[in-house]
Amino acid sequence: MQTVSEDLFGQALLDAAQPVPEGLTDGAGRPAGRRYAVYRNNVAVSLREALAVGFPALERLIGAENFGRVAGLYLRQEPPASPLMAGYGAGFPAFLAGLPPLAHMKFLPDVARLELALRRSYHAADSTPIDPAVLQGLDEAALGAARLRLAPSAILLRSAWPVLSIWSHALATDAPKPVARAEDVLVARPGFDPEPHLLPKGGGAFLAAVLNGSRFDAALERAGADFDLPATLTLLLQTGALCAIDVKESPDGTAVRPA
Amino acid sequence: MFDTIHSLPPRPGVGFKPQHFDNVMSDPGPIGWLEVHAENYMGDGGRPVAQLRALSDRFAISVHGVGLSIGGAGPLDPAHLDRLARLVGWLNPARFSEHLAWSTHDGAFLNDLLPLPYTDTTLGRVCAHIDTVQQRLGRQMLLENPSSYLGFAESTWPEPEFLREVVARTGCGLLLDVNNVFVSATNLGFSPVGYLDAFPLEAVGEIHLGGHDADEDDHGLPLLIDSHGRAVADPVWSLLDVVLARTGPMPVLIEWDTDVPEWPVLRDEACRAERALALVTPG
Repeated sequence: MQTVSEDLFGQALLDAAQPVPEGLTDGAGRPAGRRYAVYRNNVAVSLREALAVGFPALERLIGAENFGRVAGLYLRQEPPASPLMAGYGAGFPAFLAGLPPLAHMKFLPDVARLELALRRSYHAADSTPIDPAVLQGLDEAALGAARLRLAPSAILLRSAWPVLSIWSHALATDAPKPVARAEDVLVARPGFDPEPHLLPKGGGAFLAAVLNGSRFDAALERAGADFDLPATLTLLLQTGALCAIDVKESPDGTAVRPA
Repeated sequence: MFDTIHSLPPRPGVGFKPQHFDNVMSDPGPIGWLEVHAENYMGDGGRPVAQLRALSDRFAISVHGVGLSIGGAGPLDPAHLDRLARLVGWLNPARFSEHLAWSTHDGAFLNDLLPLPYTDTTLGRVCAHIDTVQQRLGRQMLLENPSSYLGFAESTWPEPEFLREVVARTGCGLLLDVNNVFVSATNLGFSPVGYLDAFPLEAVGEIHLGGHDADEDDHGLPLLIDSHGRAVADPVWSLLDVVLARTGPMPVLIEWDTDVPEWPVLRDEACRAERALALVTPG
């Protein structure tokens, strides 16, 4: 009796060049033929659609047909590693960066990273934004020693490309045409809908330091001379991107939060 | 062996789609409960979790897993089992169900419900996996009969007998997908009523209905695809009547997962399920 192992069934699913495994039949005992193709089709189509839903701007930028081809290559090289489809595509930016036919669009991986950040923010844990009064109530010394904590749904993306302008232009016809420049982006989720925001000058370096656990004064230093602190803080507060300020150090070195 | 307090009301339910949230809350029609796919609610927070909390205040919830790979050759993914236990822990749903199928192989999740041969070996494996799930969740689970597009020459158990044996060995219940019975019977050339004659209906805790698409195989024979992308077909409604006449009132779910329609269309399907239930409801 011809047996069909899961190995055999599974490998031929993603490789159309392999023959339909023997031992699969129709109701009358004849070879399964295109009945097996139903499973092949289900797997490829569902994964391709998941990528299209997760990367709408990418699909616009390279066109649906090209996107289908690229997705077809990617899903075979890197099928999902977990049943949580919301996380599928984490390796897509690196895959795009290594794809010769797309080498002339070097900004694509960063657009993919932005779309991943939006998805990650959507599913991130809820948090309560800080009261701006807490920040205003700190004197200079206390603020300098404080550490800002970003909400789980707040994500920083630093790009050498105008990533946010390209993303906006791909999805909205009335968005301005991108101009060549580097853009640092904050994805934040005030309610349930994440939105990307262009960070003011120095904002990317500042937040990168904050995310590394730097004190406020050290992060300021990293942000550089032309850092627009007021605009950055306003953006962080307005988008609910700050969930805590650790204002002093306890004797064992761990930060404590204000009551 | 396991608690039996968890059950769904014998009324129509629908598979919940986020775009229907406001409709479900304001205009539920005959809906008595909702089903959600477990994997869509395993994130840390945000709208999905908030919606599910709000829905669960109002409706009985059935959690339907699509990713455990219970029919798989390898062990269950402990990380996924942990995520499932966390969801079932905070939500305390009325039911948890999964499929007689596999979806993960060699670390890759293939996002489809794939078939397995029915042999003594696979029977032992499926039962061991169900034991693990029920122990981990501390509750009975329901196992759903699949849609089949092909058979395995090596199979030695008919599907209903295989499921009966799984129930006997594990104490799990069954989710009877009536559309799947019709699809498999058409595709493999057996009688759907004959299948039901052999099916352990006494173990059924929930019924599914969904739409299918029609295709053909290499010989021009009908090949039905379980697409969940249209209204439930008339012969499937007739088959539901056959089932309900034997089981009495049951929780009956409408599944519509692709080309999801506006709420009134889905609600009308639930109304049709309500009429089918009224035929067998005493008084």
